[in-house]
Amino acid sequence: MNNEENGEKTGQCRCVHGFTRRGFLTSVGVGAMAALATSGRLSAAQEGAVAERAAEKAVVITLTVNDRSHRLLVEPRWSLLYVLREQLGLTGAKVGCERGECGACTVLIDDLPRYACLTLAVEAEGRRITTLEGLMAGEELGPVQQAFVEEDAMQCGYCTPGQIMSVEGLLRARPQPDQAEIRQAVSGNLCRCGAYPHIVKAGLRAAELKAKR
Amino acid sequence: MTVHFSYVRPASLQDAVSQLGSDNALIHAGGTDLLGCLRDEVFPAEKLVSISGLPELRGISKTTDNGLRIGALTTIAEVAAHPLIRESYAALAQGAAAVASPQLRNQGTLGGNLCQKPRCWYYRGEFHCLRKGGNYCYAVNGENQYHCILGGKNCFIVHPSDTAPALLAFGAVLRITGPRGSRSVTLADFHVLPERDVTRETVLEAGEIVTEILLPPASAAMRSSYRKVRARQAWDFALAGVALALELEGGRVRRSRVVLSGAAPIPWRAVEVEKIITGSALESEVIHEAAVAAMTKARPLGKNGYKIPLFQGMLAEELEKMRQVS
Ligand SMILES: Cc1cc2nc3c(=O)[nH]c(=O)nc-3n(C[C@@H](O)[C@@H](O)[C@H](O)COP(=O)(O)OP(=O)(O)OC[C@H]3O[C@@H](n4cnc5c(N)ncnc54)[C@H](O)[C@@H]3O)c2cc1C
Ligand code: FES
Ligand code: FES
Repeated sequence: MNNEENGEKTGQCRCVHGFTRRGFLTSVGVGAMAALATSGRLSAAQEGAVAERAAEKAVVITLTVNDRSHRLLVEPRWSLLYVLREQLGLTGAKVGCERGECGACTVLIDDLPRYACLTLAVEAEGRRITTLEGLMAGEELGPVQQAFVEEDAMQCGYCTPGQIMSVEGLLRARPQPDQAEIRQAVSGNLCRCGAYPHIVKAGLRAAELKAKR
Repeated sequence: MTVHFSYVRPASLQDAVSQLGSDNALIHAGGTDLLGCLRDEVFPAEKLVSISGLPELRGISKTTDNGLRIGALTTIAEVAAHPLIRESYAALAQGAAAVASPQLRNQGTLGGNLCQKPRCWYYRGEFHCLRKGGNYCYAVNGENQYHCILGGKNCFIVHPSDTAPALLAFGAVLRITGPRGSRSVTLADFHVLPERDVTRETVLEAGEIVTEILLPPASAAMRSSYRKVRARQAWDFALAGVALALELEGGRVRRSRVVLSGAAPIPWRAVEVEKIITGSALESEVIHEAAVAAMTKARPLGKNGYKIPLFQGMLAEELEKMRQVS
């Protein structure tokens, strides 16, 4: 969202593609805009504690996504997945089962792979969130993404962003994993096309590419 | 999208307890179980009280008596990876490593794992079953292949936790804080059988928070293991699980604790097995006798009779492995 347009000058978040003022208004409603204007709760949030946030009212939070900080209006019940996709236009994390059973929504939170569908956006405050988009090296693919292309590690591709995030998380903790560790790392990412053998190869290749950069 | 609820993240345990004083206020730890329940409208929530802003509930450390203290907010992944746990409480590390998937282990907490709701598909689905205040347990005559064979009477859930069997085998004690102060409850007394109260899974009273899990010191003679059998290698809950904690001396079992998961509505101590193996050497006849005895009280439903030979086979194999390391 574009904060300038909302009359909010935070100077933090510049612009996210695909999100318009109108989309913003329809998704949070006008009452929420009032909440934004009157909210004085941000300082508490920054200290880690949060005063009660009313049901059905959007509240202001700050999320750090791909090293960029965003001030956002969210309802307490919204998942991080929903906020990433619908508010920030970051559609790398995919919507699958929305109950922790497929892994399509995998993102990194403080470098650890987690399901964005089972994480409340309000719970992700103060954490470092990395999405698929954050793995890009400028306009180029990042090493893990590049490895998946080179090893042809996808068929329909729906699970691929989640697989890539899980491999990225593994490599951040263990730069030189063996095959068993890679298999283990993507065991929470369901591929119904059965591309796992190539995914494991891509994991090994990704470790090589990362080591080179 | 789930139902509407308000959200609060207190900075102190006392504040968390008082926030829980309002109607339908629920504790949110990792949220991996809770948010699924709310999405499926298994129970209502008006307020979530997040305990994630309480760092004092996190972490693993030695206690003064050489036991272990695990904060309730410690993640399952941290439990699985911790050197002290892998070394001295292997069954707990193995149980934690067998939970769900890597992503869920990074997020789910040990306290949440012990307090999670049953996975019975009638309970989770649109059935007003006995546990939800209805009149009937649909598993009795329904699809009951994953239900219990021991300890069921009016309701036939199995307890879903993979960490509880090991913790019970080690004699864990829970520290709990609530509106009336703090108390300790042994894990053996923590979970509630349906015949005692079908509407609750634990003895927690309104507003009570599990703050830490305490393990007694592990003796050098202790050997432990947890084995889980499931339909697929990730995500799935246990069809059957066996935790062993044995103290071995001169080839004999000096003390033993044997706990089953996937068998009963609570983590289930197989006392029949303990009686037979304690004081004996783990010879094949003893192992066989113990494995058979484990299931003498089992009362399978229509579709879960397969669990009896499964548990017997697993117990025999796990005890055999213990004989080989002893
Ligand atoms: C797809 C899937 C597969 C799974 N597979 C497994 C599995 O194989 N084995 C297994 O053991 N588990 C499994 N789980 C359950 C998993 O959610 C738990 O293992 C996890 O540890 C729960 O922890 P949490 O912190 O996320 O709990 P939450 O969801 O935050 O809480 C769970 C419940 O406990 C209560 N609670 C939480 N913390 C406390 C506390 N400190 N004091 C009092 N009450 C508390 C909450 O109010 C809530 O009712 C699975 C879950 C999913 C979604
Ligand atoms: S969408 Fe999150 S795990 Fe399936
Ligand atoms: S490539 Fe189709 S689901 Fe994995």
